[in-house]
Amino acid sequence: MMRQGALRAWMFVHKWTSLISTLILLMLFVTGLPLIFHDEIDAALGEQQWTPANPGGPLLSYDEILARALENRPGEVPLFMSFDIDRPVVNVTTGPTPDAAEADMHFASFDHTSGALVPPHEPDGGVMHFLLQLHTDMLLGLPGMLFLGAMGVLLVASIVSGVVVYAPFMRRHDFGVLRVSRSPRVKWLDYHNLLGIVTVAWVLVVGLTGVINTLATPILDLWKYDALRDLTAEHNGAARTPQQARSLHAAILRAEAAAPGMTLQFVAFPGGSFSTDRHYAIFLHGETPLTTHLITPVLIDAETGAFDGLRDMPWYAKALSLSKPLHFGDYGGLPLKLLWALLDLASIVILASGVYLWLAKARALAPAEAADEAPAPMAAE
Amino acid sequence: MTMRRRGSLLSRTFGVPALIAAFSSVGLIAALIGDGALDLLSWIGLGVPVAAIAWAVLFRRS
Repeated sequence: MMRQGALRAWMFVHKWTSLISTLILLMLFVTGLPLIFHDEIDAALGEQQWTPANPGGPLLSYDEILARALENRPGEVPLFMSFDIDRPVVNVTTGPTPDAAEADMHFASFDHTSGALVPPHEPDGGVMHFLLQLHTDMLLGLPGMLFLGAMGVLLVASIVSGVVVYAPFMRRHDFGVLRVSRSPRVKWLDYHNLLGIVTVAWVLVVGLTGVINTLATPILDLWKYDALRDLTAEHNGAARTPQQARSLHAAILRAEAAAPGMTLQFVAFPGGSFSTDRHYAIFLHGETPLTTHLITPVLIDAETGAFDGLRDMPWYAKALSLSKPLHFGDYGGLPLKLLWALLDLASIVILASGVYLWLAKARALAPAEAADEAPAPMAAE
Repeated sequence: MTMRRRGSLLSRTFGVPALIAAFSSVGLIAALIGDGALDLLSWIGLGVPVAAIAWAVLFRRS
């Protein structure tokens, strides 16, 4: 039996962690609901179906695509190349210098079968993009992200303390009790307890992975710093801008050969912030649902074409990668998304009923209800 | 209260919730590991907490 003092302490933790974070968490669960169906909503909101010039036809080499991109942007250098998942489209980002600022970069998409320009994505209707921004950092950048991370920590503390105080409430009841014919407060207390205890595992996972996602910026910075330090140690003093870059296509084939069973995702050109001064950094990902989020960079010397190493992600970058699907629920088809949405709705009811219970308690307590509401471990059974 | 009594109270209170949490966890992980049957397993696993809510709303209201 939990001691009265310990129980009061857990009640205190549950009450205050919840009250401080409730409004923000309500915002997160409400904006998160449409975001679960981001892909479906985007697809429904237009995006005239684009088709490649030669569906199923042979693909141009990456060198040809790169040449086409540079023709379009005279005087610029390539920065990144990325690849659409569901259509034969290659995206090339160029800029005035290898270390160009983001605002100076130019992004263009090319048909991998013909080299023709692909019209850019519709500007996202605005609404979904706004919701994502609100959900990620409340339009406040890194401080906003870290603030939401702190709210996520409060959510976790609230869940843990909630599980502890669930026990005394349920001493005289069986699982699933819903006394709807009693006062509204008893009714909502039962709903709060039922929904809370049933969704514990899901909310904990979504909460914890959400917290990890708010740390994305520092985690990626650390990964970059770690990997670069690693490399400069290996190629001490060898850093120089390549005089004559070798074939990108050959470099990509070389990287794919070094990482069998992996899929090309992204290329960073020499001199940019994702590579070294002398390497193509070629990022590949796995092909199972689990490893598709795990990225392995391969370094190919841009001047000699030599393979210069392959680095698996460090554990903290892997944790970040796996946190994305586990937070958004987009890894098990539409049925999983629907379950995600139902559990999200249940969470909104938990938050709202929690506020209601607090407000109702703040008002005068009717003695009869107080007996139901108070966690009374000493009460006679 | 004795330890034995406390144990039974604990399992009475948290037995069903622990089972639901276990199903949820299997559901959360299954679809991450693979497709096809593992997707199905994840729908079943995460369907359990939703089904528990539906069961309580349908049959446990008093």
